[in-house]
Amino acid sequence: MSAARSEAREDYLEDVIRASMALAMFWGIAAFAVGVLIAFQLAFPVLNLGLEWTTFGRLRPLHTSAAIFAFGGTALIGSSFHVVQRTCRAQLFGGEPVAWFVLLGYQLFIVVAATGYLLGITQGREYAEPEWYADLWLTLVWVVYLVAFVGTLVKREEPHIYVANWFYLSFIVTVAMLHVVNNLAMPVSLFGTKSYSAFAGVQDALTQWWYGHNAVGFFLTAGFLGMMYYFIPKAANRPVYSYRLSIVHFWSLIFLYIWAGPHHLHYTALPEWAQMLGMAFSVMLWMPSWGGMINGLMTLSGAWDKLRTDPSLRFSVTAVAFYGMSTFEGPVMSIRPVNALSHYTDWTIGHVHSGALGWVAFIVFGMMYHLVPVLWGRRDLYSKTLAEVHFWVSTLGIVLYITAMWVSGIMQGLMWRAYDELGFLQYSFAETVQAMHPFYLIRAMGGVLFLIGALIMAYNLWRTARGDVARAAA
Amino acid sequence: MILSHAKIETNTAILLVLALLTVVIGGIVEIVPLYTIETTIERVQGVRPYTPLELVGRNIYIREGCYLCHSQQIRPFRDEVERYGHYSLAAESMYDHPFQWGSKRTGPDLARVGGKYSDEWHAAHLIEPRSVVPESIMPAYPFLMQRMLKTDDIARHLQAVRKVGVPYSDEMIAAAAADMEAQQNPDADPSGLASRYAKVPIGAFDGDPTRITEMDALVAYLQMLGTLVDFSAVTPQQLRQ
Repeated sequence: MSAARSEAREDYLEDVIRASMALAMFWGIAAFAVGVLIAFQLAFPVLNLGLEWTTFGRLRPLHTSAAIFAFGGTALIGSSFHVVQRTCRAQLFGGEPVAWFVLLGYQLFIVVAATGYLLGITQGREYAEPEWYADLWLTLVWVVYLVAFVGTLVKREEPHIYVANWFYLSFIVTVAMLHVVNNLAMPVSLFGTKSYSAFAGVQDALTQWWYGHNAVGFFLTAGFLGMMYYFIPKAANRPVYSYRLSIVHFWSLIFLYIWAGPHHLHYTALPEWAQMLGMAFSVMLWMPSWGGMINGLMTLSGAWDKLRTDPSLRFSVTAVAFYGMSTFEGPVMSIRPVNALSHYTDWTIGHVHSGALGWVAFIVFGMMYHLVPVLWGRRDLYSKTLAEVHFWVSTLGIVLYITAMWVSGIMQGLMWRAYDELGFLQYSFAETVQAMHPFYLIRAMGGVLFLIGALIMAYNLWRTARGDVARAAA
Repeated sequence: MILSHAKIETNTAILLVLALLTVVIGGIVEIVPLYTIETTIERVQGVRPYTPLELVGRNIYIREGCYLCHSQQIRPFRDEVERYGHYSLAAESMYDHPFQWGSKRTGPDLARVGGKYSDEWHAAHLIEPRSVVPESIMPAYPFLMQRMLKTDDIARHLQAVRKVGVPYSDEMIAAAAADMEAQQNPDADPSGLASRYAKVPIGAFDGDPTRITEMDALVAYLQMLGTLVDFSAVTPQQLRQ
């Protein structure tokens, strides 16, 4: 692997990557904390505090944006800068100014968007809530990001472009396309925040879910697969299991993902042909997803023992297992009769979190446990014991979260459609809400565990960066 | 294929262009026909642009993130039709910029909530949901009663929405401020407003016609949801997509 040979180069940009690690850790904790708060709001509505800035409706976009864009995005930018430099054996194109512009420009976007949510500034499009001025700024930052990444590929000293970079590249390019199209809007005034979407009704719905599903497909999947293809081989010190599978995985994944959006709109006013296309491609998507999972897991052939000793690998490999699980669950839920039950319920929320916590967060944790010692020039983590505690606390949190949501989602779906012996709807809507309460509590506890795990990690990484080594009590 | 892949992965431009082409196809095939196939939007009568007050109410609905817990899309299932009303049509959201179909029902669907409850119920429910629905977990929105609305920039909003395709006439835009005032004042002359907007709900939505609050706007919006199409006059032929 080219990456292995290039460790010693000294002109790689690393300050910006170190900063991105700290920022990603910060945003992760913020995202998990807001998630815990809004989870408790659903169990105890008094926690909305009766203030306009703290209602669930305003905090939920804050939670999703903080998790996906702030935590995930910052980790993607930082890790992609690291991977592209090492695997190309070249300094990032544009050098320090460009790298800092991308990272800090992106942070500015996050802060502008997040403060806007609290003030009620939103486009009302899920996962695309920031208003037009923030969108314009992000477009500029993203184009510079693309230029920096592609420029580095062009000036590489390695003959081949490493597979991780294919995934990072498709993530950057596709997100640019999705972002620009989905956010086309007419501002009311150049000095106001409000805009109206360029699309309406059914066309707007499909455009939004074409964006929304591929925010999952390219932001939360392709980008993090790039992470998987670099950091798992790196930590395992083994080559990727199959080069051929990488090629099939890459092209089939990016081709099929784009079609899957309509499965968010089953049985709606979207024409049925579009729903069928969305379902068919979602089911097909299972194959490349599992191809990628196999490629990731089998890379450990001959190095499975490292799972016992390397916290980074343990997180990464568990992440890939969760990836396999949620990319199986997703196609199942996209089948229309299943979706008839699952849609609009907490089952969807559980599914998203098995992906977001199990896959995205864990692959990031694995990356950071590996990269922080490397970037700060430490031989090892401050404490592997703490990392192990983090692993088990977080895993338990995820299990509580997703099982609670499975039960509450399926139960609510069944209650909505239940009839009594006289042929009347058996439950009022309010009764189904009441029935959710215990599961909302369990879910919130799962979130608390996940948050505690992240705090342990932050402490561990902070001590690692300082150069401390824990006494070998374990 | 494997042999030729070496060309792709050693040339940044080829990789970039091929990746872009690969991800463009699906979106084009799925989205473009929604504009070209005429039957995508059913041929039913009655759907009109929002009144100025309803539009402002809709913007408050978006601002507060109501769509995160309430869908506006009834699926064609027996239980949903019994619980909420006729299944939703594409035509009913043809002037919605953006659409608000939602993706989650932490609370019930609102596609046809219009007219189901009184204005007083809505105001009481928004001020403190548990005063009328003890099991509710909805946040309380008492501040809607305190926040006054101005009518001076409403015409600009209608103009912006017209630019993205909603057929507001010059007359509607000229009368926007007056219409906004008239809709929440039962004592005002409703003829102009009613001639421009069919089936417009008029009332002192927040209980006080002397001032326009955010509560007026939001309740006006909720009270018209799903009421525009007269389903007793719709034929199956008109519904075919």
